[in-house]
Amino acid sequence: MSRSDWEVVIGLEIHAQLNTAAKIFSGASTAFGAAPNVQASAVDCALPGVLPVLNRGAVERAIKLGLALGAHIAPKSVFARKNYFYPDLPKGYQISQFELPVVQGGAITIHVGEGDAAYEKSVRLTRAHLEEDAGKSLHEDFHGMSGIDLNRAGTPLLEIVSEPDMRSAAEAVAYARALHALVRWIDICDGNMQEGSFRCDANVSVRKKGATEFGTRREIKNLNSFRFLQQAIEYEVGWQIETIEDGGKVVQATVLFDPETGETRMMRSKEDAHDYRYFPDPDLLPLVIEPEWIERVKATMPELPTAMQARFERDLGLPAYDAATLTAARETADYFAATVATAGDNNAKLCANWVMGELAARLHKAGLEIDAAPVSPAQLGSLVTRIADGTVSNAIARKVFEALWNGEGTSADEIIEKQGLKQVTDSGAIEAMIDAVLAANQKSVDEFRAGKEKAFNALVGQVMKASRGKANPAQVSEMLRRKLGA
Amino acid sequence: MSDTPLFDASVSFLRRALDARKISSVELASVFLDRIATLEPKLNAFVTVDRERALADAKAADARIAKGEAGPLTGIPLAHKDVFCTEGVLTSCGSKMLANFVSPYDAHVVTLLKDAGVVCLGKTNMDEFAMGSSTETSHFGSTHNPWKPGHVPGGSSGGSAAAVAARLAPIATGTDTGGSIRQPASFCNVTGIKPTYGLVSRYGLIAYASSLDQGGAFGGSAEDCALLLGAMTGFDKRDSTSLDRAPENYAAALAAPPADAAKPLAGLTVGLPREFFAAGMSDDIRVAVDAALAQYRALGATTREVDLPNAKLAIPAYYVIAMAEASSNLSRFDGVRYGHRAAHYDDLFDMYCKSRGEGFGDEVKRRILVGTYVLSHGYYDAYYLQAQKLRRLIAEDFRRAFAECDLIAGPTSPVTAWALGAMSGDPVQMYLADIYTTPVNLAGLPGLSHPCGFDRAGLPVGLQLIGNYFSEAKLLEAAHRFQQATDWHLRRPALAA
Repeated sequence: MSRSDWEVVIGLEIHAQLNTAAKIFSGASTAFGAAPNVQASAVDCALPGVLPVLNRGAVERAIKLGLALGAHIAPKSVFARKNYFYPDLPKGYQISQFELPVVQGGAITIHVGEGDAAYEKSVRLTRAHLEEDAGKSLHEDFHGMSGIDLNRAGTPLLEIVSEPDMRSAAEAVAYARALHALVRWIDICDGNMQEGSFRCDANVSVRKKGATEFGTRREIKNLNSFRFLQQAIEYEVGWQIETIEDGGKVVQATVLFDPETGETRMMRSKEDAHDYRYFPDPDLLPLVIEPEWIERVKATMPELPTAMQARFERDLGLPAYDAATLTAARETADYFAATVATAGDNNAKLCANWVMGELAARLHKAGLEIDAAPVSPAQLGSLVTRIADGTVSNAIARKVFEALWNGEGTSADEIIEKQGLKQVTDSGAIEAMIDAVLAANQKSVDEFRAGKEKAFNALVGQVMKASRGKANPAQVSEMLRRKLGA
Repeated sequence: MSDTPLFDASVSFLRRALDARKISSVELASVFLDRIATLEPKLNAFVTVDRERALADAKAADARIAKGEAGPLTGIPLAHKDVFCTEGVLTSCGSKMLANFVSPYDAHVVTLLKDAGVVCLGKTNMDEFAMGSSTETSHFGSTHNPWKPGHVPGGSSGGSAAAVAARLAPIATGTDTGGSIRQPASFCNVTGIKPTYGLVSRYGLIAYASSLDQGGAFGGSAEDCALLLGAMTGFDKRDSTSLDRAPENYAAALAAPPADAAKPLAGLTVGLPREFFAAGMSDDIRVAVDAALAQYRALGATTREVDLPNAKLAIPAYYVIAMAEASSNLSRFDGVRYGHRAAHYDDLFDMYCKSRGEGFGDEVKRRILVGTYVLSHGYYDAYYLQAQKLRRLIAEDFRRAFAECDLIAGPTSPVTAWALGAMSGDPVQMYLADIYTTPVNLAGLPGLSHPCGFDRAGLPVGLQLIGNYFSEAKLLEAAHRFQQATDWHLRRPALAA
């Protein structure tokens, strides 16, 4: 049987760390990188007698995600205790949500593939629930013992669970990327995957094409990059197909991905699964979200990427591709919008070309993110204005851009002025240059007269060179033809 | 001044003595500390007595009194149940697990009382993690009933009840999850009140069963309880179940003269649940309770029968819910960060098993096991959810009953204090003795127990009053009027060192 006889089914559980200043139940700081246990309060250490108090900022972020996904925001949800023993779980239970999560349902559109193979797809969300993170066990430097760092304990997480709607590793990655962009867009998570702010678990199964029942799934835990997500799923899918084709059976299990070997290996089987003994946490009242609260949060929501993309197409006349590219990340969209604010809506396409072209290329080369670009949107916008009004050509504009990038001036106008880059449109000056070029290039003139069009281009080039690029090429061309009586 | 010994005096008497500079707080604390030193070997009411700290507190209180900044409790000695976290002081919860735990912070209640200027004499003995009705499960040994050493003081706040009964402290804090204030109050002939759930912050109260635990007060009278409870209540944003209500001045409510001095309780309807007066209580208790009800009628109250048809289901519902919550609440005692850790172990799992195996006593283990079981996959619906349904039915019973009466009265316990060890072979028998107190916790209502007589063996009998939500003032006032007309609460055990 070939690989194409199999259908892959993937659902993702993503833990997004919410960017609140304080922890979800203790009020201690959530800042990353402090010395071990410095940010662990009495509540985080689970001293006898301490109690949790819900951080409403975390709820607000959950509401934002619910609104962005078009999901149902539960008017009443319940915090439950998930009981298990582990040294970095100080209370012996994690406060999470089980039967009644705060966000229910919703969907997100993903863009998969490139070029002609590109397609869009909607992935449904099952739920998103609030919970607290555990601490960390440190196994090095303790001479056969383990150290416990509770700084991370109590950090707010939103666990976002998808339906098993994805059918390939590429779709899973596209979904994870779309969600990653969205949580950053609505500013509820910094999306820093190295620091563990956005972690993926993938539930993977395979079944024969046309089958109606799902196959047995295995869950790949803790994938902290899109590349690992892709690799892990691809390996896992291959392993499952091979196992079944060899007459074996996939057993429900939790597996870990080893980036060194590129393989997944079993952590525990379903038989070893914990009985978490969930029950409503009696220390916390049910979370009640009144419609007014949702309205207040809605009022603070930025325009969502899909709405912004539609607006760019409709109001700015951008092609769909440009609009989608510019709204793929909040920072890019913000930069573009600010550039247009300076250059004017009429020059939106030109702004789009510069943001997606020269700016993107230069950022890539320098390894910078767009919010760290040395050229500000206002600077780029004024440069685009000067291209549009004919002050500089595209070629000269690239020089101005480079000068702005290198900090040689504070504005495009200043650089154009200081470096004398203003386009020459004075016909007297251009005529003098043409005359000089014609006199010095009799051979080219002869060739042109003999019918060689190429020779004409060479003459234009000479005039442009004489103007150090500042002459308007169209004007030069027109005047030259007149001179040559063509 | 009368010739009442200071240790026997009411809080308001001590207040007047302190304010009149007839005695200093340091002297007063010394009176109680000396009495503790004499009687403690016989009673074992305390886990910790901190003489130096108490005298330092008293000195600070004297300075405050001298400046004219004294509140109602400034300079008054008190004992805290060892379930409340006290900064810098051993907070054991009656367990070997916490026999080395010196809390780095104060419970909200402890802070409030410190701010009020009370002098903490020490921490009282209790059933381990408040699990028990006799104070026999304490790692630090049983407390003896001052009325009959060799008998239990009740529990779990048995140390506090015994301390107040033996006048080792004029007032004491306690907690009540299923009767742990009211039942020992009745066993020791003192007054004890458990307020409405949410009125006293649970922050710093080591949890047994979070949805039932509530702090409260012991005193020699309803008046003393009113003073202490008034200082313990108040909204605490660190406890999500704390109720945001303005604190009430219970003592002032008691001080107001009744409209009719001869019939101070005229207009009060006392409900008598048929179910509480059915078979089950001993004859001696029935006699004492009936006499107390006659006294209430004599004071102007009317009594009428009411129904609490689901109250009989309170025991199973209570023990399922309490043990379920306890099994989770006690998971934090794992030997990792504080508390007992086994000296030798092979690996992590072994460390958990040995630390918890050694650190917890049998009753705690029993409740963790049962609680774990009722929350397990496949049993949750049949036990935990079912118990929650019963809980709602019981609360609904009370709601209906309070449409017909102002207060409910009945025996606090079907039995009087039993001999040490008499029940330890049969935990279920002991659980069943909580029949009258547990429905109150399940419904979250306030309840009070006050002395109302003695059985043939000379052991005290308590009358329980149950009120609607936030009716603490009404409960205390009823008990206060009763105590103005009777002297049961003034009887003292004969104690010789």
